[in-house]
Amino acid sequence: MRFGIVVFPGSNCDRDCHDVTTRLLGQPTTLIWHRETALPGVDAVILPGGFSYGDYLRAGAIARFSPVMKAVAGFAERGGLVIGICNGFQILVEAGLLPGAFRRNRGLTFICAPTSVRVENSDTPFTACYAVGQVLSLPIAHAEGNYYVDEVDLVQLRAQRQILFRYCDASGALDVAANPNGAVDHIAGICNVTRNVLGIMPHPERASDPLLGGIDGIPLFQSLIGNGSSLCLIP
Amino acid sequence: MSHPLSDDELKAVETLLGRAPNDLERALFSAMWSEHCSYKSAKAFLRRLPTEGASVVQGPGENAGAVDIGGGWVAVFKIESHNHPSYIAPYQGAATGVGGILRDIFTMGARPVALLNSLRFGPLSSPKNRYLFEQVVSGIAGYGNCIGVPTVGGEIYFNESYTHNPLVNVFCLGIAKRSEIARAAACGVGNPVIYVGSETGRDGIHGATMASAALGQAEEKRHTVQVGDPFCGKRLLEACLEALETGQIVGLQDMGAAGLISASSEMAHRGKVGIEIDVARVPRREAGMAPEEVFLSESQERMLLVARTGGEADIQAVFKKWGLACVVIGRVTDTGALTILEGNQTVASVPVSALTSDAPVYERPAAPPRYHDLIQSLSLDTIPPPKSYSDTLRTLLASPNLSSRAWVYRQYDHMVGTNTVLGPGAGAAVIRIKETGRYLAMTVDGNSVYCLLNPYYGGAIAVAEAARNLISVGARPIALSDGLNFGNPERPEVIWQFGLCLEGMGEACRKLEVPIVSGNVSFYNETREMGIYPTPIVAMVGLVDEGGAPIAPGFKSAGERVVLVGQTLEELGGSEYLKVIHAQERGFPPILHFEKEATVQAAVLSAARAGWLTCIQDCAEGGLAVALAECAIHAPFSIGARLHVDPGNVRLDAYLFGESQSRFVVTVPLEHEAALAAHLRAAGVPYTLLGETGGDALSITLGDGACLDLSLDEMRRAHAHGPLLPHGLLLPT
Repeated sequence: MRFGIVVFPGSNCDRDCHDVTTRLLGQPTTLIWHRETALPGVDAVILPGGFSYGDYLRAGAIARFSPVMKAVAGFAERGGLVIGICNGFQILVEAGLLPGAFRRNRGLTFICAPTSVRVENSDTPFTACYAVGQVLSLPIAHAEGNYYVDEVDLVQLRAQRQILFRYCDASGALDVAANPNGAVDHIAGICNVTRNVLGIMPHPERASDPLLGGIDGIPLFQSLIGNGSSLCLIP
Repeated sequence: MSHPLSDDELKAVETLLGRAPNDLERALFSAMWSEHCSYKSAKAFLRRLPTEGASVVQGPGENAGAVDIGGGWVAVFKIESHNHPSYIAPYQGAATGVGGILRDIFTMGARPVALLNSLRFGPLSSPKNRYLFEQVVSGIAGYGNCIGVPTVGGEIYFNESYTHNPLVNVFCLGIAKRSEIARAAACGVGNPVIYVGSETGRDGIHGATMASAALGQAEEKRHTVQVGDPFCGKRLLEACLEALETGQIVGLQDMGAAGLISASSEMAHRGKVGIEIDVARVPRREAGMAPEEVFLSESQERMLLVARTGGEADIQAVFKKWGLACVVIGRVTDTGALTILEGNQTVASVPVSALTSDAPVYERPAAPPRYHDLIQSLSLDTIPPPKSYSDTLRTLLASPNLSSRAWVYRQYDHMVGTNTVLGPGAGAAVIRIKETGRYLAMTVDGNSVYCLLNPYYGGAIAVAEAARNLISVGARPIALSDGLNFGNPERPEVIWQFGLCLEGMGEACRKLEVPIVSGNVSFYNETREMGIYPTPIVAMVGLVDEGGAPIAPGFKSAGERVVLVGQTLEELGGSEYLKVIHAQERGFPPILHFEKEATVQAAVLSAARAGWLTCIQDCAEGGLAVALAECAIHAPFSIGARLHVDPGNVRLDAYLFGESQSRFVVTVPLEHEAALAAHLRAAGVPYTLLGETGGDALSITLGDGACLDLSLDEMRRAHAHGPLLPHGLLLPT
């Protein structure tokens, strides 16, 4: 599977994602500068974390105007797989490829810490290698991760099983204290209705190298590589 | 505008020029001869520090030091202070401190991979101090998180002397191929001088001179503080590294203190050439700026490059891609002069050497402070032993200098880069170098109370303690950068402290064979006649030997032996125990025996390399008891211990809470106990078997029948809910 990783001028997790898809998973990967207008030969696009345009305004509000985003939207519309991680999720929301909006974290500070995240739906190209109810340890690192959708959209997200990851405690229970940023319905990650666009606030690429203490993020990439099949190299 | 050249200095300038300087020239000298740029009070002392060693690739003199880390790669690192700006405007002061040290690193052609910081504030009981603390943390987070360089460690101490003089020292480490280190020298007569980065504005004018004087009314000086733009910093970082790859850059230098004047004259000085700059071509944020303002501005995120003639277009293409200004503003000349033009009119021309190497060097008078004998005296008879050792330990764990820093480091992205093997909270941070597969450890440390009580031992202990931090994760120390924060050097007691601190540091460096490759001096940390305690900060870097792995902090499993390595003396002077429990900051700090320290360090490191040790914790502030508590509550393991302590003829409180040097707590699985014992005996290192890991409490039976017994939960609560947590906010457990 050929990955394309979009590089905005303020992206800072692009190299980390590249390291996972190439060194750890051996997949061909192209870095795509945000001024590009096409995504030739790419099977899956990653919008990495970072501060795409400094994010002095709302996170992702400027990045969505980058030329590459038109290509990403077209790619998604044709059914291409798109993952937005952290700032990438914020950009997807700003670009209208995913519903909702982001507010400042409940505690008003940036938080970098491991969180427990529960898998809610394994019937997607992003979660096929996980089991429903599985509790993952994935780190977060953001100041605006407080996901919001109104009641109507939330009903829709639930009904269409678009909520893929929720913050939980170590046992998998949903708990206000285990929700690090105040996100509505403990939402940590969602997909679109057609299940080919994923937004996730925690960083799976930071939980991929065994050397760094955990590999709960790896099955997410493996789910993609197998495109929903059962290629699960690491349990 | 003020030009704080002394009358004597002005005379010296006139002699060097053979005429009176015009206003602009006078401003150039004022900035370049400031303490901040010239190190005029410190130079004589700095020359005595050891700066050479087998692994040193670049010692002091460039933007940062560089050491060989194997595989054709070097680590490039430096610590720098941003103290004055952080008092005046704490968020921006701290943020631009991070931005400034990052530029020093990528100026060398190295990609920054880790940041650490060392912070000092007055007690948090004061709302102003809390404001400074929270804003500084927020500013560091704001810059570092955005630019995407992980803040992997640091230290914070609180003390009354920092109430109007907070210290913000930031350390950055980058890596580069040894063959590709960039230099900051201008050369090649006729080569273009190129300005890149952000436009020049009026912020930060006279920053260097501001940082070279004691502070009065902070609010009046707010305009001297720069404003940081980490997004621009990020683009500048990427653009510079990319532009270096074109091979068209001869030299580059960031515009830090004293901005364009400092960058141009230092580049010319290093290349032994002249530089001619047309000030009219410098990109600006606002109209109507005088040449003096343009040259002295400390607007952030700017660099000066010297390119090969004909290489301009390649370089311009890179900076255009990153949306940054890139303008030829001058050229390298053979005149040896810094010449400033405005259009075709010369507005200033002075020899580069006059600005740089001819700057004055002062041997300022030194004398011990009047109070020195008084604060060094301490009669232990006046110190009552604790009623409850458990309560004492709990109080210490919750005290400002020993409690958990989690609230702070949760705000720093310490994981970006996916190299952080051991992050904040460990004895030292450890990152993996993807390019070589090796592990680099780094730490910052300094105890200013020790330095106040005895500058010589205080300085020496800062070095020894930093080395112990590295050894506690299994790394061998290789080199250090020093951040020297002191009061007003025109006071004899400050120069006395400075001289002795450096003597102690230098001796420890020689004995432990750790050279100093870079550093920073910050004087005039004094507000309203109140100076800081002498605060040398040691930022030390170590390497885990090939094939080895770093050792994580904390007890690992139950049933392992707990061993105290080293000797405990009756030393309570300068301890946290004395300060927190008995409200006294006095006495003689613990003695450091250099040979003993080197022997203990070598013995523990070789035992770690042999694979016998599962946890290594150095005994530092809070002594043995706090070291044991830290091992017990360190997540994710959380294992207690059942121990027995026989203090012999040492007071029990001194044994538990005293801060005797050259000691480690280690754990060893039963099967390696005999080997470890034989190894320590052969090395002549004293050790004591304290007991075994296990249980859910730290239980220590003490020699006199008393005992210390605290559950892991109690210790964790005390440690986590110390005064750093803002009121009304609880950490999720």
